Amino acid sequence: MHYLTIIIAAVFVNNFVLVQFLGICPFLGVSKKTESAFGMGVAVIFVMTVASLVAYCLYMYVLVPLNIGYLKTIVFIFVIAGLVQILEMVLKKFAVGLYRSMGVYLPLITTNCAILGVAELNLTSSMVTGVLSATLNGLFSGIGFTLAIVLLSGIREKVDKLHIAKPLKGFPITMICACFMAMAFYIFGTISL
Amino acid sequence: MKVKEIALDGLIRQNPTFKLVLGTCPTLALTTVAINGIGMGLAVTFVLICSNVLVSLLRNAIPDKVRIPAFVLIIASFVTVVSMLLEKFMPDLFQTMGVYLPLIVVNCIILARAESFASHNKAGYAALDGLFMGFGFTLALTLMGVVREILGKGAFFGLTLWNFKIEFFSSAPGAFLTYALFIALFSAVYSSIERRNKHKRTLKPLADESLSQDATIKEVAKEAR
Repeated sequence: MHYLTIIIAAVFVNNFVLVQFLGICPFLGVSKKTESAFGMGVAVIFVMTVASLVAYCLYMYVLVPLNIGYLKTIVFIFVIAGLVQILEMVLKKFAVGLYRSMGVYLPLITTNCAILGVAELNLTSSMVTGVLSATLNGLFSGIGFTLAIVLLSGIREKVDKLHIAKPLKGFPITMICACFMAMAFYIFGTISL
Repeated sequence: MKVKEIALDGLIRQNPTFKLVLGTCPTLALTTVAINGIGMGLAVTFVLICSNVLVSLLRNAIPDKVRIPAFVLIIASFVTVVSMLLEKFMPDLFQTMGVYLPLIVVNCIILARAESFASHNKAGYAALDGLFMGFGFTLALTLMGVVREILGKGAFFGLTLWNFKIEFFSSAPGAFLTYALFIALFSAVYSSIERRNKHKRTLKPLADESLSQDATIKEVAKEAR
């Protein structure tokens, strides 16, 4: 039951993009086409899961025993950058097809604040009690991100064909679409878990 | 002259929030009340100035290949300093900023300025650039915070103005809508000013030309005489 709560909270109630405003840059930047949005989403799911596992273990079993917890931000950002780099190399070597479809998005992920955000939030969230729940939270937060970005890209493909007042073109109209999506997700906030 | 250029770039022409649309996460999350916007803006300004100066001073020492990790390390160190200072001296603000404080590390504005400005310019200019870019960011966040606070909470910097409030503007969807409208307004005003300036610029050379034409006519007339 506890894990089910984490899953629902991560995907809907605390959706990273639409409720917590994390990872807005790729959400607005890479959502022009559904295909690329999905590619970005898969890459984010992957990195987020591994990053939350590694970051949580590193904090709990290395930084805290050594009493250098205050270095967590610096350590986390390097863990994420390193992970992205390793992932890129592994994919290039063993899964060329996947690398081709995901490769472009990988370097962008290092500066995606959702990844660093999930690593930081795992330390303070009341729902995260151990390594398993931290990893699950990472995995399903990534799925929540993918859900939001794919939905937005679907809307944008339609909206970009319309005639829109010039100042509203580009970012503003995308954000207005995101506003309506956020309204839909706002309702999940009324669910008490 | 260069100082004026840097100031104009930071505050208006390349305003990080409204023109470049960078650092969107804190902009949306921390503008429910104006004072949070100022707090976030000043924290970012501090990190931006410090990192710009250090990057500029080390610009010849950092090898080109590892410059991005080096910049990130510099930025992450200053963010840690800021979060320690805030935790000690302003625990309330530290609480409200929560996860967005460590996330300044991945705020694109800071890395963008390090990469595009500080790594090619002298430390003094880099500091000024950091100052004005930070001010542009702070100004934008404060403006959005004021508007959202007045509409959503009926208050101005915590002082209650009236009992009328539209809760929508304090919520997540309201953040997206306010930001969208601010960008649209900014780009509309900016492009109309630019159009007017262009109009002036096109008028001027024409006037010069007609003057010179006048002169040639006089010369021709002289010769004819």
